[in-house]
Amino acid sequence: MTEPLIRTVGLSGILVTFAQAMNEPANRAALAFRAAVEDAAWPEVTETSTSLVSTFLAVDLSATPMEQITDRIQSLLATQDWTQAPLPAGRTLWHVPTVYGTDLAPQLEEAAAVAGVDPDAAIAELSTSRVRVLTIGFAPGQPYMGELSETWNIPRQEGLTKSVPPGALVIAIRQLITFTNASPTGWRHIGQTAFANFRPGADTPFALSPGDELTFPAISRAELEDIRAKDTSGNGGASWEALT
Amino acid sequence: MSAALDILQGGPSLSIQDMGRRGYRAVGLTEAGAMDPEALHEGAALLHQSPDFAAIEMAGSGGSFRATADIRIALTGATMAATLDGEALTWNASHAMPAGATLTIGGARRGSYGYLHIGGGIATDPVMGSRSSHLRAGVGQTLETGDTLPIGADAHTEVSNGLTPSDRFDGGKVRIVASMQTEAFDQDTRDRFTATTFRRDPRGNRMGVRMDSEGAGFSTGSGLSIVSEIVVAGDIQITGDGAPFVLMCECQTTGGYPRIGTVIPCDLPRIAQAQPGTAITFEFITMAQAIALGQRHAADMAGLRSRVAPLIRDPATIRDLLSYTLISGVISATTNPFEE
Repeated sequence: MTEPLIRTVGLSGILVTFAQAMNEPANRAALAFRAAVEDAAWPEVTETSTSLVSTFLAVDLSATPMEQITDRIQSLLATQDWTQAPLPAGRTLWHVPTVYGTDLAPQLEEAAAVAGVDPDAAIAELSTSRVRVLTIGFAPGQPYMGELSETWNIPRQEGLTKSVPPGALVIAIRQLITFTNASPTGWRHIGQTAFANFRPGADTPFALSPGDELTFPAISRAELEDIRAKDTSGNGGASWEALT
Repeated sequence: MSAALDILQGGPSLSIQDMGRRGYRAVGLTEAGAMDPEALHEGAALLHQSPDFAAIEMAGSGGSFRATADIRIALTGATMAATLDGEALTWNASHAMPAGATLTIGGARRGSYGYLHIGGGIATDPVMGSRSSHLRAGVGQTLETGDTLPIGADAHTEVSNGLTPSDRFDGGKVRIVASMQTEAFDQDTRDRFTATTFRRDPRGNRMGVRMDSEGAGFSTGSGLSIVSEIVVAGDIQITGDGAPFVLMCECQTTGGYPRIGTVIPCDLPRIAQAQPGTAITFEFITMAQAIALGQRHAADMAGLRSRVAPLIRDPATIRDLLSYTLISGVISATTNPFEE
């Protein structure tokens, strides 16, 4: 495939894809191209978003001639090399306390086994890795974060876990997710946080933005219970600092 | 004081729905809104108001309701038994609902999602530009017994009109277009997919509906590690065990499972309304055909109002027939008129 690739998504819109697999330049390109489409304010585009390596333009394709929108996209794509774009401005570094394993996160040992490391080594690495929000998706404010070391290039499990709770830290394909809501998932549940991605009714309902960075330091179950009792902000005991 | 609707007794899954919430896909929130948007158009046509007005979506069964003022209602979507103070009401029709009267709506007899529309619409405060509840996202919630809902000002008075809905309540053939991962499935798998008669699994909700079939699943072989990508309502996702899930209006914004195709928007209510066990088949069509069908559907929705007609009441179904003054000036044969 030749990037960028322009494809239809049902009759719901157009997807511009900058790479076939996750990589950082393609992720930056998707974020920058989305910002440029927003600035252009084309009337047929009702909203935009990004996935890991793609920009999505919501367009009613039964009401808009296809060439009209693809011509506009082609012209904008030709204006620069989008993979050279900088990361978004105003980013934040979060440290989110996390209980690894135990019955709160029952798939740590299974994930470690699939990755070929023992559980203690897994916790040592995961609790000190720093990851970036590559995209927000699946549920309100829910971050896809990466990339972890090649050790964690493990597939999703076959079959779905029936439900993981809000704040669950899950892993697959060198990425982490903290879940917004209780949800079924094919990713393995390795840690539990009290961090709320989405805070309906708050002044800032969405805690994270693409480009923010996070670490998940290890704490005990007692410490998590203490945080849950005391921190009602949604931060789940997390600290944060501005990235410059 | 403006009118309000009291929920005397709520079924298990009532929620306020409109055409959904746009502009939050980038932070992980899909448009959602009504599972059967066509039903919102029908309710709007029956009440002569905007299809953007919010209504009550009733999954599986309704409940009982009472208004604090004289209001107009319309009933659309899945057919449910409805009575007003004990008198049967016609479905797919508009009715006067006097203050204090009790509206009772039972279980779905045909279809899955019924709608109760109010003249003037449900007038709760919009959240992020919409009154619809996105149940999976935690925006809004299911309605409960004891809730009171504000009702907007009604600009019209006409009632007792009916409309014949489109045929979408019994499953059948559903048209799909190729998705970005259709070609990841080999031709044999795609042929088997379109030759299979699926049954709608009982596991289905506003997020997605599982399709059951006999025989092998529909895997791609490499499906478990593809890059997470945008998903839209109608995408048919194949999970690890090979079973297709049709993603519905409250689906996630991105997902990592391959999609074998995408149900065209105007056929998605057919999936929403199919009851568990209903037979469904899928047929690939071209983008050009899908666009033509989308345009025809938009024209049909715009023209619904011209198809609204006064209800013709069958006297045999009017329970309180004797209370109507059908003929005036009748002289009794058994009383002596001279004794009065």
